[in-house]
Amino acid sequence: MKVLVAVKRVIDYNVKVRVKPDNTGVDLANVKMAMNPFCEIAVEEAVRLKEKGVANEIVVVSIGPKACQEQIRTALALGADRGIHVETDEDVQSLEAAKLLKAVVEKEEPQLVILGKQSIDSDNNQTGQMLAALTGMAQGTFASEVVVDGEKVNVTREVDGGLMTVSLKLPAVVTTDLRLNEPRYASLPNIMKAKKKPLDVMSPADLGVEITPRLTTLKVEAPAARQAGVKVADVAELVDKLKNEAKVI
Amino acid sequence: MSILVIAEHDNSSLKQATLSVVAAAKAIGGDIDVLVAGENCGAVAEAASKAEGVSKVLVADNAVYGHFLGENLGDLVAELGKGYSHILTSAGTTGKDFMPRVAALLDVAQVSDIIRVESEDTFVRPIYAGNAIATVKAGDSIKVITVRPTGFDPVAADGGSASVEQLDVVKDAGLSTFVSEQKAKSDRPDLASAGIVISGGRGMQNGENFKMLEQVADLLGAGMGASRAAVDAGFVPNDMQVGQTGKIVAPQLYVAVGISGAIQHLAGMSDSKVIVAINKDEEAPIFQVADYGLVADLFEAVPQLEEELKKVL
Repeated sequence: MKVLVAVKRVIDYNVKVRVKPDNTGVDLANVKMAMNPFCEIAVEEAVRLKEKGVANEIVVVSIGPKACQEQIRTALALGADRGIHVETDEDVQSLEAAKLLKAVVEKEEPQLVILGKQSIDSDNNQTGQMLAALTGMAQGTFASEVVVDGEKVNVTREVDGGLMTVSLKLPAVVTTDLRLNEPRYASLPNIMKAKKKPLDVMSPADLGVEITPRLTTLKVEAPAARQAGVKVADVAELVDKLKNEAKVI
Repeated sequence: MSILVIAEHDNSSLKQATLSVVAAAKAIGGDIDVLVAGENCGAVAEAASKAEGVSKVLVADNAVYGHFLGENLGDLVAELGKGYSHILTSAGTTGKDFMPRVAALLDVAQVSDIIRVESEDTFVRPIYAGNAIATVKAGDSIKVITVRPTGFDPVAADGGSASVEQLDVVKDAGLSTFVSEQKAKSDRPDLASAGIVISGGRGMQNGENFKMLEQVADLLGAGMGASRAAVDAGFVPNDMQVGQTGKIVAPQLYVAVGISGAIQHLAGMSDSKVIVAINKDEEAPIFQVADYGLVADLFEAVPQLEEELKKVL
């Protein structure tokens, strides 16, 4: 079956996030960017499905400016077969991303769409579910296990207080949680090979989607800074402070 | 304005998070209806009717909602929600699952994980794992919102007397079925909702040494966490990871043991009320956010901590 994986270019998770002095957003100038960690897990899962013989083609799609092609190439180096870049410099919010992905789904007709559960920049946790609703597909969110079984896929989900397994009709949307797998690193030969894999570029207009942001960010601020507290001399003092000063035990 | 709050529950009891969502609805202002969708969930509806500030409780009691499948709940809430100005639920895994479907079906944006209400259309939410705080204005006619419960003090659970109305709306999308459920076996509280969390880092050296922390956790009734470094090193499973790509926690007390305090870890715990750090490296960045720092070898300090706690608890 064909698997479509959506990936997002975000700030690298190890970079210290700095709010711009004018409070219009987060400073992304000269900051290391990378594939969203949950999207890496999505790519890895697709590659494992192909290695198991369940998937026969992996298409990776990313939405955003030209630079997103770096993340598409990374996914191709990890084992995806071809890429689609929906190129736009506009602010694409979750609903529009879902509409663009829906258009891609209609063209590609994948049996399974895998996305990260959320991106570590906007932290919305929306796009996969919105895509599922717009396409009328079943959804298995926050997946820690994905087992394709004929016309169905069983997805074990990370839910509050435990795990829940659901059986979904295919085609379906799966969003990844951390425990699903541990992504591999791309080898140098695969990185070289990825450069030759096909990558189609299209615009939102080509897909018939108009980008109309519904949410306006009025300001972005740094969180209230925590003050460093005191050093205690020993464990006895620590327990005393916790009990009598902070009153948390 | 009229607000629809979708209750979070387990078919037998109303989750406290719902009371925080009602508090967020009160901050927006307007009539507040609560939808209880589930199976044999009469007790939940009764509890919801007593919550402060609720005008009406709508009950959709049917097997199709018994396991809170996102497809079915999404269809139900999208249909009911058309008559409201705001639709709110808690940002637990159930709300996160069905709510974006509601927004998409209504063709409106969703504002996720709000921690404050500025006005009827303007909300405050953390982004970049809490490393930045955004104020967002929603332009759509229906505002679809998930609420981070720790951001709002819950309304009183008693004192209200809302009317209860049974709905006869059965939405079965027929896309997914429930197979099984595996609730966490341990008696320890869930990491994300625990009042106290104790976490170990690379300094623990191996998985076996986490047993020391478990003993302290059991004394305190604490949840157990770990840094990404400890997870990557294979000491403990992935689901214990606290940090930007793991669980975001904000307990009353967070105890970091042998954790240096990488940015990615701090992003997951720096909203904790009181932070304790135990680390032998005096220069470790964790001390910059800790209320109480103890520079010590954890292999001596943790057993001592256990002994001291036994004396006072």
